[in-house]
Amino acid sequence: MRKSLAAAALVCGMGVAALPAAAQISGDVVKLGVLTDMSSLYSDINGPGAVVAVQMAIEEFGGMVAGKKIELVQADVQNKADIAATISGRWYDVEGVDAILGTGGSASSIATMRVAGEKKRMFFAVDPASSDITGKLCNAYTVHWVYDTVVLANGTGSAVVKAGGKSWFFLTADYAFGHALERDVSAVVTANGGKVVGSVRHPLNTSDFSSFMLQAQASKAQVIGLANAGGDTINSIKQAAEFGVVKGGQKLAGLLVFVTDVHSLTLKLAQGLQLTEAFYWDRNDASRAFAKRFGERMNGKMPTSIQAGFYTAAKHYLEQVKALNTDDADKVMARMKSTPADEPLFGKAVIRQDGRKVHDVYLFEVKAPSESKGPWDYYKLIRTIPGEEAFRPMDQGGCPLVKKS
Amino acid sequence: MFELLGIAPQALFGQLLVGLINGAFYAMLSLGLAVIFGMLNVINFTHGAQYMLGAFAAWLMLTVLNIPFWIGLVLAPLVVGLFGVVLERLLLKRLYHLDHLYGFLMTFGLALVIEGVFQWKWGSSGQPYPNPIPGGTNLGFMFLPTYRAFVVVAALVICLATWFAIERTRLGGYLRAATENPTLVRAFGINVPRLITLTYGLGVGLAALAGVLAAPIYQVSPLMGQNLVLVVFAVVVIGGMGSILGSIVTGFGLGLIEGLTKVFYPQASSTVIFVIMAIVLLIKPAGLFGRTR
Repeated sequence: MRKSLAAAALVCGMGVAALPAAAQISGDVVKLGVLTDMSSLYSDINGPGAVVAVQMAIEEFGGMVAGKKIELVQADVQNKADIAATISGRWYDVEGVDAILGTGGSASSIATMRVAGEKKRMFFAVDPASSDITGKLCNAYTVHWVYDTVVLANGTGSAVVKAGGKSWFFLTADYAFGHALERDVSAVVTANGGKVVGSVRHPLNTSDFSSFMLQAQASKAQVIGLANAGGDTINSIKQAAEFGVVKGGQKLAGLLVFVTDVHSLTLKLAQGLQLTEAFYWDRNDASRAFAKRFGERMNGKMPTSIQAGFYTAAKHYLEQVKALNTDDADKVMARMKSTPADEPLFGKAVIRQDGRKVHDVYLFEVKAPSESKGPWDYYKLIRTIPGEEAFRPMDQGGCPLVKKS
Repeated sequence: MFELLGIAPQALFGQLLVGLINGAFYAMLSLGLAVIFGMLNVINFTHGAQYMLGAFAAWLMLTVLNIPFWIGLVLAPLVVGLFGVVLERLLLKRLYHLDHLYGFLMTFGLALVIEGVFQWKWGSSGQPYPNPIPGGTNLGFMFLPTYRAFVVVAALVICLATWFAIERTRLGGYLRAATENPTLVRAFGINVPRLITLTYGLGVGLAALAGVLAAPIYQVSPLMGQNLVLVVFAVVVIGGMGSILGSIVTGFGLGLIEGLTKVFYPQASSTVIFVIMAIVLLIKPAGLFGRTR
């Protein structure tokens, strides 16, 4: 503690005196913390694969940046807000973690972003979906990296409404993420002339959805919107098939579906689902090359968009530290927000004032078993959605950081 | 058209039936747990993991050895039950003379280890197990998948058979006597430790059987038993620790109550059973069917 105080004093002193050259790295080490769901229903989407992705980024730097060693710590967030807050606080304060990446579901991620805001340290919100992270809850030290609920609404939601699905019934995970997704998709549905006829909220990590399927069938809605994720979505889709939901003429809209979910469900059950993702491993040469390296270390599994996000977030952060020769959060953040990025996996991107990273996203459809050429060949591209169209305009999110013009 | 508390009677009927189906799983699992507790005095927290092992065993048999569901339904519980026997011989039998807490910690730790290993190997999303009897019947008020109907019938048969075996047969009589007074029973020339081992194997086999039945409905996932074991434990406590009939009746009953909660206040569906447990413990500490010892 005394050592880091001394270092902090030194850093401040150097700032005042504007001494040139010497790297200003706190604690003489650049420390990244991966705090994510390592053991529960989302852990195939992020989990150990997220740690591997960050390791890959660190290795590309040879384990060193600005002449200092890069270290990686990891922990299981269990998707619980209190655990997220406790670990984040300890990492920033005691263990000298410079940037946290993660941190599980939206509720636990929002807990981390509050801590990051208080401690004025970097937080890459790679896991969560809630658009409130760059809306009313935004802060100056959080970057929302891959996607959010508005993107899912503008992508999948809008495509389903435009294809004629006018009346909706929501099956919603009962916490911050589900609520945000239901709200954002409902807005798109109503804006496109559709209506929401009902919804039911299930606890996170539910295994039996049969009761909810009956309620969804009784609603007579044309579309059943699944505002949940991971294991919950998989079980919903599986049991919808069992209860003849699709055969009965209703359409399922999986609002947040990852490639690992499709893999678990098999194409037979998942075919025809439309979904919105910012990354698919088989989209271009760069993504295939990354996926190959990732798969070699992950038992042949292909990366999800979130795992790819962990890789690019870590890499982008380290690039800023390298360019600035410091891990000072304010300076790194200022540079990230002022310099547009162009990297192989997510393409051209800007990080806005409210912390939203904006890049193109893609509307995919899950292939039929006959169309698939082999393992993990699951998506066909329907449409590329330009970033400006996909993400919520900055002035509509209610983020206090955005200056009203 | 009259409505009951805001929902149509047909919808209510469907929900009750669905609740019954879930109750069938609770009954089967709590039955095994109750048998083990009643006979061995061990709170078997590995039960959820053993349920998962049953499902995984059936899935591995299907994908690796091409053994169809119906054979897996018999074979998987035998294999997992055998695993239970080994577990009892190696570890559990050393704990009988100690406080409940030791057995609880041991089985809980084992469950974490087993689930951890499976998650490391197969991930969290789960493996697909095809439905052996797809299709269903439209009952007018709901669409009843044939497989779920089969599960309810199978569960009832299994529960009644177990109850009969323990309460009405000679072997069951030995078993009950052995728990009541092992020294005396041993004096009659009956191998009590072997009896206990077999009982544990039976309880574990029941969990695995429920797991195989669950495989086509839920994804076969390392975590599938994790939440269930808590619910089932609550069922056993409500029914009365060790009471076999109690666990069967409570299992089905709580399935129904949980099903209704999913209609009236779905957010509470994961907690309602624990609320009931608290209330029952306040009024009748030995559980609904339990005897105070």
